Amino acid sequence: MSDTQGRTPLEAALSRRDFLRTTGAAAAATAALAETPAAFAEAAPANLSVKGMGPQPIKLTLDVNDASVTTAVEPRVTLLDALRNYLDVTGCKRVCDRGTCGACTVMVDGKPIYSCTMLAVEAEGKKIKTAESLIDGGKLDAVPAAFVKYDAQQCGFCTPGFVVAMRAAFDKNPRATPAEIEEALSGNICRCGTYQQMRDAIAELCNKQKKGG
Amino acid sequence: MKNFTYYRPKTAEQAVALLDDKWGTTELLAGGTDLLDLQKEYIAQPDKVIALRDVGINQLRLDGVDKKPDDFILGAGMTLAEIAAHGGLKEAFPALTTAAGDIGGPQIRNMGTLGGNLCQRNRCWYFRDEHTPCLLKGGDKCFAIDGENRYHAIFTQGHKCVIVNPSTLAPVLIALRATAEVLGPKGKRKLKLADFFHAPSSASEREHVLKPNELVLTVTIPYPKLKNASYEVRHKQSYDWPLVQAAVAFQYADNKATDVRIVLGHVAPTPHVADAAAKALEGKEVTEATASAAGEAAAQGAMPLSQNAYKVKLVSVAVKRALLTAAGRKKYWEV
Repeated sequence: MSDTQGRTPLEAALSRRDFLRTTGAAAAATAALAETPAAFAEAAPANLSVKGMGPQPIKLTLDVNDASVTTAVEPRVTLLDALRNYLDVTGCKRVCDRGTCGACTVMVDGKPIYSCTMLAVEAEGKKIKTAESLIDGGKLDAVPAAFVKYDAQQCGFCTPGFVVAMRAAFDKNPRATPAEIEEALSGNICRCGTYQQMRDAIAELCNKQKKGG
Repeated sequence: MKNFTYYRPKTAEQAVALLDDKWGTTELLAGGTDLLDLQKEYIAQPDKVIALRDVGINQLRLDGVDKKPDDFILGAGMTLAEIAAHGGLKEAFPALTTAAGDIGGPQIRNMGTLGGNLCQRNRCWYFRDEHTPCLLKGGDKCFAIDGENRYHAIFTQGHKCVIVNPSTLAPVLIALRATAEVLGPKGKRKLKLADFFHAPSSASEREHVLKPNELVLTVTIPYPKLKNASYEVRHKQSYDWPLVQAAVAFQYADNKATDVRIVLGHVAPTPHVADAAAKALEGKEVTEATASAAGEAAAQGAMPLSQNAYKVKLVSVAVKRALLTAAGRKKYWEV
């Protein structure tokens, strides 16, 4: 998948990612210029009213963490790669890139999904929430706060996926039982094995919810 | 993955018009949980990807209250999560909601769709390896027959390619006598789910009988109040494929099972209808003894490969447990 890692030169700001990018990749990327939506690629065959987008980069506006952001990506770029490599929203992590580990979990219209397994262009018009959104009035959201309190992470790489999946589970059912929360986390994996600490965090969160806290 | 042109039609007719009449150059994108994986591995390399998100086939409806109040019509775009959580479906078809709710994890179920589950590609590791020229990728050899085959078919007679059909909804829908409505360039046609699948043995075939330019619109399940259940044997509680699955449905009156259907999943290149097992139970009360006997009958004719004889026993167990569950008997295996 390294062939979708390059970034089109639309974004002016220099980020850590820009800095780390190899000059070779940058040169290749400048060769591809973004199209405007009006010029959406290839003319559709005469009997069809559906115009194709791409294969050149297509201009895309996404709703990420309540902000409207614009970029240009090829159709093959996943939501995960668009967020991380084009929009610098790096909470979601790229681990398996095959929809099995959960590190890339984000909420799309309130539901947890694997952002590595959704095309960026498919997320157009939907509300995307990543771990970065788990701030409640300047205060850390209760879910990641419980992870901190109970040390429910070791290397921490899977954590953004876990907290998003757990937040989505509590949003869906604020009175969920610990067993239901565990079921909601069954699409995420922690190779450090911090599950017992997560259980402690879940126990406290479920207790709080029961008391209406 | 290879880059492509992305289309987002607004109607099913537009989607079908965009499809080529041969496999490989165009692909339909629903949840994407299978297609994107295949593209990343260069197994699928379409020039055009046709997204179904705006086509409007994601509803469940109960067909015309006056005409056929007993039919459940599921839009092919319904997600597995929506199917698993639907109250009416849970009551009528616990086999279906159990099977849908056991697929993958929550994220997969929020993305994956009914149509996608039926049309997904198989999970054979030789097929999924870009560099292995197996039968389904234009080669002249099935590498699983003499290779690593512990998760492959046990009903292998007459099959050059020994994949197992990957759909867990398929055996259930066949047991429930469901039909699919598909749209092609010449219009709509209906086919029984029992006739929907096919054992492929070349690159120009898929695991189902649909043409390359056909699209599944709906799946209709009649509701003759059948007892039904699906039971999977798996390594893991979640996020795993079944080793063996049994889906059963039957009428149950006066402690007699009639109209019995027993369909096995993950044991053959297509869902495997176990007629001998159904016959063994026909007209009998569902007890541990009769369920066991049906289970033994279901395994008849199995010709396992070098590493998967263990699946033969699992078939018997899965059928027995599915039957006892459907009949509301005690689940002796749950302590």
